[in-house]
Amino acid sequence: MMALLEVKDLQVRVEDREILHGLTLTVNQGEVHAIMGPNGSGKSTLSHVIAGKPGYEVTGGEILFKGEDLLAMAPDERAAKGVFLAFQYPVEIAGVATMNFLRTALNAQRKARGESEFSTPDFLRKVREVAKSLNIPQDMLKRGVNVGFSGGEKKRNEILQMALFEPSLCILDEMDSGLDIDALRIAADGVNALRSPERAMVVITHYQRLLNYIVPDFVHVMSRGRVVKSGDKELALALEASGYAQFEDAA
Amino acid sequence: MPAVQETVDRVRRIDVDQYRYGFETLIESDKAPKGLSEDTVRFISAKKNEPAWMLEWRLEAFRRWLTMTEPTWARVDYPKIDYQDLYYYAAPKPKKQVASLDEIDPEILKTYEKLGIPLREVAVLEGVVSPDGEAAPERSRIAVDAVFDSVSVATTFKAELKKAGVIFMPISEAIREHPELVKKYLGSVVPTSDNFFATLNSAVFSDGSFVYVPEGVRCPMELSTYFRINERNTGQFERTLIIADKGSYVSYLEGCTAPQRDENQLHAAVVELVALDDAEIKYSTVQNWYPGNSEGKGGIYNFVTKRGDCRGRNSKISWTQVETGSAITWKYPSCILRGDNSRGEFYSIAISNGFQQVDSGTKMLHLGKNTTSRIISKGIAAGRSQNTYRGLVTAHRKATGARNFTACDSLLIGDKCGAHTVPYIEAKNASATFEHEATTSKISEDVLFYCVQRGLSQEEAVGLVVNGFVKDVLQQLPMEFAVEAQKLISISLEGSVG
Ligand SMILES: Nc1ncnc2c1ncn2[C@@H]1O[C@H](COP(=O)(O)OP(=O)(O)OP(=O)(O)O)[C@@H](O)[C@H]1O
Ligand SMILES: [Mg+2]
Repeated sequence: MMALLEVKDLQVRVEDREILHGLTLTVNQGEVHAIMGPNGSGKSTLSHVIAGKPGYEVTGGEILFKGEDLLAMAPDERAAKGVFLAFQYPVEIAGVATMNFLRTALNAQRKARGESEFSTPDFLRKVREVAKSLNIPQDMLKRGVNVGFSGGEKKRNEILQMALFEPSLCILDEMDSGLDIDALRIAADGVNALRSPERAMVVITHYQRLLNYIVPDFVHVMSRGRVVKSGDKELALALEASGYAQFEDAA
Repeated sequence: MPAVQETVDRVRRIDVDQYRYGFETLIESDKAPKGLSEDTVRFISAKKNEPAWMLEWRLEAFRRWLTMTEPTWARVDYPKIDYQDLYYYAAPKPKKQVASLDEIDPEILKTYEKLGIPLREVAVLEGVVSPDGEAAPERSRIAVDAVFDSVSVATTFKAELKKAGVIFMPISEAIREHPELVKKYLGSVVPTSDNFFATLNSAVFSDGSFVYVPEGVRCPMELSTYFRINERNTGQFERTLIIADKGSYVSYLEGCTAPQRDENQLHAAVVELVALDDAEIKYSTVQNWYPGNSEGKGGIYNFVTKRGDCRGRNSKISWTQVETGSAITWKYPSCILRGDNSRGEFYSIAISNGFQQVDSGTKMLHLGKNTTSRIISKGIAAGRSQNTYRGLVTAHRKATGARNFTACDSLLIGDKCGAHTVPYIEAKNASATFEHEATTSKISEDVLFYCVQRGLSQEEAVGLVVNGFVKDVLQQLPMEFAVEAQKLISISLEGSVG
């Protein structure tokens, strides 16, 4: 079976400094992978490079998505093909109503895939349904994208989009940061509801706690720009107990 | 107004280079000899069958103009204009007097069709089948006074407006049919001696719109004019005069498109608004004249004098502009707040890309008591363009209780463009309250990437972010005009990133 995502020996530079030094990661359909690792180890960098954020120079290795060369695609093309990144720090877009943004983005993706645009009633029905399941009040959707949203609301808005766009690969960069216990549960339930045999998830987190809610199939430890250890969910528990120090040397 | 939305849709389908309005209509035209002299002025006046007083008025302006020099204070830079190397009058050659729409040159009608202007009254009224065979969507009602080069070729809705007592006609006709109104108001807001370009306009204006809304009448529909420059080397000098009599209301929409040209074309319009007691005028513009090509060659020079006089008590004048076109824009729609409790508003979106230069803003002159004004300006600079907001707010000695609020925001796209804010404030009355806020920011790479990650193309992302930035002003436009403006904003920023 072809892997959904194959990152092979990836080397990435930012402003003349190498950040990823040969990172390898394979994710199959239906799997949930957790990536953990100390601050600055390159977790967000990896997620950005997969999503196609400008400013990163790939100096070696490759990324295949459904067997295709992902690095050759424009970022919007990647989105339409099913790559979704829930940002660690979602930005605010003043003056653009969330509802309008959701519709514009969804229809842009559908158009890129040669699908018809959603009709207004169909779209509204879909958004309402998803918003309700995530405890997102309707009036939040009328506000500017993430403008004045609390930390928890911003993260929920990311998951709302994930549910709406139905991507095949979801990368969640620290979706648990800044969430209180209840908000974390709601968000995690939202993510779990999206688990399916066709969809894979890469969950970046610092805390084992999140993985009690979103139980991963695999856990990887990143250090200094490489995956230094992979295992199952027990690895996360071991990390919680002993910290990253044991891996620092390995890197 | 589906009509204007269609304008954009249709124009989008016409693929002419980058500039979507860059087509040319092949019709014979009737030109004045090149150059400017008293003879040119007489020629124009004679072409219009004008009465002697009008010719005198023009000649006086012309003589005054000879003594004036072109202003240089604006932050715009362009080669010297040779005023003797231009044509000052061009009219499509009419085969005969135009009495109804059916008699209009089909070539001209076709041009309007490309622009999607609902020239045919019946189409506007009935929502008849469009040329593609689809049923036209429900249309809101707009009266259109179409100006093709220098002559208004058709005026729709005349009859219905007449019933309401509203006069809406080409100004050339108003000069003949309503001389008492024209004599009383023409030049009363922008005097013939006002400034170099306005004085030039006074001497050689060829046509434009005239509106009179009688006392107590709420104009039953939005009035709209589409201007179009078609003739090579033709300066276009419209003159618009709108009078809202006591307690009346009118909303006027002006849209402009011009075909692509290599030579620069001079455009110097004058718009005068007069609001009497308790009257309100809302004037909205979408200006997308040809901005020049990607090397900065060609494009319209747009030197416009727009001024409203809140002459009566409790009167209100509101300017809303969306400026996306022209190589050079020199334009300051202003309000004279003469009547007590009168109110002036200026809402502006000025977008510059490529090598465009915009110097635009407003003047709010508080003369009466308890007068208020509000200025919201959004400048967006991309490419190698320069975008300046220039504003003046003054309170006269007697203007007790004058209040102004100004907010100027600039957005930069890329690092080769410039945004500048030049606000002047002068309060001669201690009780005046003037507030001024200004911001300048760069379009955020993180915001663009966020949008692109969600599937928008880079250009769609810029369009979305910019439309968000200008939202406060877009909201001031009549709803359907806002749709057109929104699309124009995206079109005009194409190629600004990546
Ligand atoms: N634009 C940039 N310019 C310079 N250095 C950068 C840039 N982006 C990332 N880095 C550096 O790359 C390294 C990896 O950063 P990254 O954000 O990927 O880490 P992370 O694992 O996500 O950390 P955290 O857990 O704190 O979120 C850090 O040392 C960071 O300073
Ligand atoms: Mg990070």
